[in-house]
Amino acid sequence: MGEQNKIIINNNELSFKSGETILEVAKRYNIDLPTLCHLKGSVPTGRCGICVVEIQGMDNLRAACATKAENSMIVFTESKAVVDTRKKVIKEFLSMGNHNCAVSRPSGNDWTHFQMKVQADDNSAELCPAWGDCRLQDLAYRYQVTGEKPAAPYQTDPMEIVNPFIIRDSSRCILCGKCVKACREIQVNDAIDFDNADAPKKIIAGDNKPLKDSECVFCGECIQACPVGALVEKDARFDRGWQEKKIKTTCTYCGVGCQIYLHVKDNIITRVTGVEGVAPNYGSLCVKGRFGFNFVSSPERLTKPLIKENGKLREAEWDEALDLVASKLSQIKKDHGPDSIGVLTSARMSNEDNYIAQKFARAVLKTNNIDHCARL
Amino acid sequence: MTNTIGDIETADMILVTGSNTTENHPVLSSFVKRAVKFRSAKLVVVDPRKIKLVEYADKWIRQAVGTDVVWINGLMHVIIKEALFNKTFVNDRTEGFEELKKTVEKFTPEHVEKITGIAKEDIIEIARMYATAKAASILYCMGITQHICGTDNVKSLANLSMLCGHMGKPGTGVNPLRGQNNVQGACDMGGLPVVFTAYQPVSNPDAVKKMENAWGVTGISTSPGLTATEMIPKAHDGIIKSLYIIGENPLVSDPDLNHAEKCFEDLEFLVVQDLFLTETAQKADVVLPSTCFAEKDGTFSNTERRVQRVRKAVEGPGDAKIDWAITCDIASRMGYPMSYNSSEDIFEEIRIVTPSYAGITYDRIDKTGIHWPCPSIDHPGTPILHSAQFTRGKGLFHAIDFIPPAEEPDNEYPLNLTTGRVIYQYHTGTMTRKTEGLNERAPESFVEITQKDADKYNVKNGKKVRVISRRGEIEVIVQISPKAVDGTVFIPFHYAEAAANRLTNGRLDPIAKIPEYKVCAVKLAS
Ligand code: SF4
Ligand code: SF4
Ligand code: SF4
Repeated sequence: MGEQNKIIINNNELSFKSGETILEVAKRYNIDLPTLCHLKGSVPTGRCGICVVEIQGMDNLRAACATKAENSMIVFTESKAVVDTRKKVIKEFLSMGNHNCAVSRPSGNDWTHFQMKVQADDNSAELCPAWGDCRLQDLAYRYQVTGEKPAAPYQTDPMEIVNPFIIRDSSRCILCGKCVKACREIQVNDAIDFDNADAPKKIIAGDNKPLKDSECVFCGECIQACPVGALVEKDARFDRGWQEKKIKTTCTYCGVGCQIYLHVKDNIITRVTGVEGVAPNYGSLCVKGRFGFNFVSSPERLTKPLIKENGKLREAEWDEALDLVASKLSQIKKDHGPDSIGVLTSARMSNEDNYIAQKFARAVLKTNNIDHCARL
Repeated sequence: MTNTIGDIETADMILVTGSNTTENHPVLSSFVKRAVKFRSAKLVVVDPRKIKLVEYADKWIRQAVGTDVVWINGLMHVIIKEALFNKTFVNDRTEGFEELKKTVEKFTPEHVEKITGIAKEDIIEIARMYATAKAASILYCMGITQHICGTDNVKSLANLSMLCGHMGKPGTGVNPLRGQNNVQGACDMGGLPVVFTAYQPVSNPDAVKKMENAWGVTGISTSPGLTATEMIPKAHDGIIKSLYIIGENPLVSDPDLNHAEKCFEDLEFLVVQDLFLTETAQKADVVLPSTCFAEKDGTFSNTERRVQRVRKAVEGPGDAKIDWAITCDIASRMGYPMSYNSSEDIFEEIRIVTPSYAGITYDRIDKTGIHWPCPSIDHPGTPILHSAQFTRGKGLFHAIDFIPPAEEPDNEYPLNLTTGRVIYQYHTGTMTRKTEGLNERAPESFVEITQKDADKYNVKNGKKVRVISRRGEIEVIVQISPKAVDGTVFIPFHYAEAAANRLTNGRLDPIAKIPEYKVCAVKLAS
């Protein structure tokens, strides 16, 4: 049966596994099928309508995320009907709220001109914090769509800034529901939901209270899921994604060992995001991993060796400090034997650091008095 | 962990005990919650506090603090009596069953109820649930290990899982959740007084020879060293003259702090290497500034034994140096030259002397980490331990009897105190308390207490109270909470200015030498 699983996408014959959706097949073959509301690991809803495709023999376009691949199915992902529909959907989204990055330009008709203008305004409160890192903006650009001025007044709830981590701006929300799924189906915190299932107007926490008073634990899964600028990290809202380097590493807090990206600009960590698609965390993080990085650039960090003199610590150069340590340890080892010295290494440090610490205790001091505080 | 984090989601039944998972291992807790909500796994939480995870549980069982061996033995009693154990597994893969059977015989549900306060019906019900599940996973954390009988608790859980054959298969196992990012790695690397890397005993002449050859030295000590919790009191006795402390802050994290502080004063020479001028560093003769995880290359090994890369993203402040380079500099100045060009160079040496890491290279873990044991370069790693056999061949049941907590409440100190963490802070707070947002969410220490006890001892929500034990006292804010149980209060240990460890007991588990943080007796005074 397996060998019969063939689907034709954009004139290419591709094999698929039974049960796979068209979107999953396309993703596997690197076909660039745009999505907004799709969240890996959760149940697809077809809500946003961006991933529509044309299937030969069917009257209506179908959402690729919610349609299973079938044998001999012939699919087009960028046909005229598809593109027209996507344009319409994008336009509607843009018109829904304060998407000033693509709203019909106040002056002239020139896309480039508009972009120049917005960029010149970088850092202004007017500018969407997601500018340059927004799936809707990407799509507007890709399909050359501009928004209309919102017909009806859009959500004008004030931005929620009362919690220390997340800014919620419902004026930029496109009601795609991705944050709700992230919170409910991935992190299972159930802190947020649509205000009304049938005719949603906005996303609310609990019975419409600030996040800080809700069940929210500030894992930030919803920020990472949100395709637009409706949910952003408070401290990083003026940082522009394209100016940052991203370095993949491992979280320094608990033993889960989440894979994270440190976003860095000018030697400062601006934000942390979860690495999608790899174990152990598949993109999820907790509040400490995502927001607890300020200690790195804290002014309280030690920058120089210190030596105690007359009961007070004073700054010293490395040579002086290291010589003092080496001579003192040598002296104590000589006078009282190797086992009069203990080394406490750390469950916070790397394997390499720990290996060297125990090698130092055993090969240099000649003692097995080496331990770390795992017990504590 | 014997199994992986991802694997939790494939369990039919999950038994969580002594782990406040949603606060201490939040991302891992979502695997548990998803298993329950979307795969209808059964969840049983055994914990004295009404932790968040209880909301997801099919069953929440509240044991009297310090009585874990009793309820675990009780489960095994029922499982054996009702012949629900996995006979094939017990026959083929284990030894010591008869003795176990004898030991658990007296732990009848009635007897267990008397000691633990758990209703006998509940004991029977969970025993059946665990034994009859297709795949059952046990998760535990410090709530199980931080007791005078911590080693016993862990062995009891291993007994339970072997008895039912919930071992070596997906969705099963006995899974300790490591509190700190690289506890696993620090142990693997031989940061322990009795073993070299990969748990090769220092008393084994072959292992000693191997290290001597690799390191080009002779005369490595074969006698076991002291644990951290022994070294500090030994300073008071004049046996330990000097400590070199790298990246730890025992003057907040150690038990019975008042005593620990006195011990530190007796040291002749104290070196502390850290990111910050911690409470411990302030006492040092020399403080050496080191770089943090974001400023270095290296590896961490997570709680599922997965060795993962750490990469340098920013430059360290001022003259701060990477920890291993500082240690190497000291070694060289003491007449044993140690130098490496990079962390990777060190890792290559680790591979030579560490059989379980031999097959892991920086290249191989560039994209995703590998689970040790990984003995050779073509080995895929071992996500699930003990699938064909145990390390020692057959799994040995350890017959374990009950030892009550070292200090129980009495008339003078009528309340049990347990300590732990909150989600927004971490360990001694040196890192998390530098992030304003985290402090805003969890600004200060508190004592969590039931309404009933609050009334009984006449303390008010939000008001300051003195908590006093035989060893010291601290002042904290009262927090009346439904999480608490009558007779037991909880204090987080992150806060140096009201360090919970001024109160805790320094008594150690005789084998693991873990202090009994989880129970001691206190009283309240306003
Ligand atoms: S931060 Fe986490 S808990 Fe809070 S709303 Fe977002 S996903 Fe839910
Ligand atoms: S906040 Fe973002 S993710 Fe949530 S519904 Fe609005 S646009 Fe979608
Ligand atoms: S992000 Fe949270 S759960 Fe993940 S490793 Fe860091 S502290 Fe642990």
